[in-house]
Amino acid sequence: MKSLEELRAIREKMQKQIDIRENSADDIRVVVGMATCGIAAGARPVLTAFLEEVAKRELKNVTVTQTGCIGVCRLEPIAEVYVPGEEKVTYVKLTPEKVPRIVAEHLVNHNPVTEYTIGAAE
Amino acid sequence: MNFVRSHILVCTGTGCSSSNSPKIIEAFERELKAQGMDQEARVVKTGCFGLCAMGPVVLIYPEGAFYTHVTPDDVPEIVSEHIVKGRIVQRLLHKEGENAEKVTSLSDTRFYKNQYRIALRNCGVINPESIDEYIGTGGYEALGRALTEQTPQQVIDAILASGLRGRGGAGFPTGRKWQMTHDAVSPDGVKFVCCNADEGDPGAFMDRSVLEGDPHSVIEAMTIAGYAIGAHQGYIYVRAEYPIAVHRLQVAIDQAREYGLLGKNIFETGFDFDLELRLGAGAFVCGEETALMTSIEGKRGEPHPRPPFPANKGLFQRPTLLNNVETYANITWILNNGPDKFAAIGTKGSTGTKVFALGGKITNTGLVEIPMGTTLRTVIEDIGGGCPNGKKFKAAQTGGPSGGCIPASLIDTPMDYDSLGAIGSMMGSGGLIVMDEDNCMVDIAKFFLEFIIDESCGKCSPCRIGTKRLYDLLTKITEGNGTLEDITTIEELCEHIKQSALCGLGQTAPNPVLSTLHHFRDEYIAHVVEKRCPAGVCKNLLHFVIDPGKCKGCTLCAKNCPAGAIMGAVKAPHVIDPNKCIKCGACMDNCRFGAISKH
Repeated sequence: MKSLEELRAIREKMQKQIDIRENSADDIRVVVGMATCGIAAGARPVLTAFLEEVAKRELKNVTVTQTGCIGVCRLEPIAEVYVPGEEKVTYVKLTPEKVPRIVAEHLVNHNPVTEYTIGAAE
Repeated sequence: MNFVRSHILVCTGTGCSSSNSPKIIEAFERELKAQGMDQEARVVKTGCFGLCAMGPVVLIYPEGAFYTHVTPDDVPEIVSEHIVKGRIVQRLLHKEGENAEKVTSLSDTRFYKNQYRIALRNCGVINPESIDEYIGTGGYEALGRALTEQTPQQVIDAILASGLRGRGGAGFPTGRKWQMTHDAVSPDGVKFVCCNADEGDPGAFMDRSVLEGDPHSVIEAMTIAGYAIGAHQGYIYVRAEYPIAVHRLQVAIDQAREYGLLGKNIFETGFDFDLELRLGAGAFVCGEETALMTSIEGKRGEPHPRPPFPANKGLFQRPTLLNNVETYANITWILNNGPDKFAAIGTKGSTGTKVFALGGKITNTGLVEIPMGTTLRTVIEDIGGGCPNGKKFKAAQTGGPSGGCIPASLIDTPMDYDSLGAIGSMMGSGGLIVMDEDNCMVDIAKFFLEFIIDESCGKCSPCRIGTKRLYDLLTKITEGNGTLEDITTIEELCEHIKQSALCGLGQTAPNPVLSTLHHFRDEYIAHVVEKRCPAGVCKNLLHFVIDPGKCKGCTLCAKNCPAGAIMGAVKAPHVIDPNKCIKCGACMDNCRFGAISKH
């Protein structure tokens, strides 16, 4: 170890990896439906796209997790976004291509992408 | 790597390892691969979480779900339900008490809510075998800043200002020890830094858990200490009975050397420091500071009188700084967060936190770290979950064989150096053995004395002969042959040993006897005068009796009696022959009508 800068570089790299172990209540949660219906409709690439996009933008306080079937299988792949203090937003019929926009507009700028939501689909 | 969305933390401390956690890790790795999740979830081996009674424990993030008593057979279900489908496996979640609600998150449990983790901050959070994870939590920052931005005196001043006192038991102010060693003059300029990891008190495992869960925090603190006092070589004296701790320390030392955080020219400042391990061969007395250093020198581990104190003439006759593992584990936190923040925790005379190893008759056996001044009631009733099976709390022993007991009437005593000293107990290194109504206090005093007799090095006669005589007198009492004069003799002998023994081991050996005599004198009197053991432990004073009114003559007791001491016809009340009875209690355990009692 030659300098504090070198040490801090390692720390920053590692912090991103172990941040996940602090579950704070003000995290934004992205929950992807991963039951049989979701997986069959292509939820896995959607989940991976969320993970990739969050990592690329180095977003802190965002956890991407998965859940079972919420009952509207015909609209899968479904993802729900929980921003603390705001109403839950449900996105439907997702594709990996739609994900970057949700991350940029909703997770970063807090403007839900209305045209992808369940309200627009129904 | 960036795709990892879930961390599965599995405890690999000694407790959980002995209940099969390595098999659980294997199962997770196999199952994750089988279900195609090995790119998304990572298995992390961590140190002790503290809730050893619930082991093996598994903690899964980001949900923070805390699973207890996990077996390898549960793993496929956890992976397919929790990791793949995101459904928490309810049946494995930790719950507090039989009817309590299940708790998902660790920080919500009564066990953790009252704790404040400084020395244990990384235990159960990081992988102890990864220096990168330690650096990720801010590790080695304190060392880097001390070397590049602070003078040795500034480091010592910070420790002084924190009010930190030695966590090994005696409670000597750490900053003053550092200052004394810093000021001491060495004939050839050589000084040493040592770490006492020879944790020997029965029921104590605080230091083991720190070394197993966060070895780098001790290594970093010792390097800082080396800079502060002007030493370039350190030794960690660790018990050979702690194989996992020894292994992880060695791994950590090797990693630190590889990163240039140990060795020559650390942070390009010209400061050299290196560490070596020395394994203790299982002698309790080697936890005493002068004996420990004699042992590091390669000689028989025997104590010698002080002064000279180690700060002036210690290891190899050079000024030596010797601190306990937990003391070191506090150092980097103090330097990173500021001494004021540390001093604000706890009480005025005892700042910071203390780790206790909860054992004995307590529901949540394990490791807890609480702010100094927390009452014993909080520790026993809230954090510890009380005595199991609804039994009544009777006393707690702190400080192991050197300490004393705290009776139930003093349960609201704050746990700090001065309050514990004032009631005749001591802080000690942190072993906390809980006793309930079924424990006989004379028997407990005898147990600790027996330990001391085994571990006495034999150099001085008060300890070698005195403790043996004390033991004989206690045995006489528990066998029903004691007299009131014996109690007086015991008290006199205790005073003599306290005043004339050579080292701390002997000087404190009578403490368990004196404190049980002080708080439970009536129990001693009952043994001597009434020839009765109130707790029903001392066999020679026990009598098993069948109540003829309740006995249905089912013959079950007679069939189970290994000594053939029970007689009686079928459907007629039975009788125990006291001359044949060996007081094993088998009859009482087997009676379905509650007709047998012991007195």
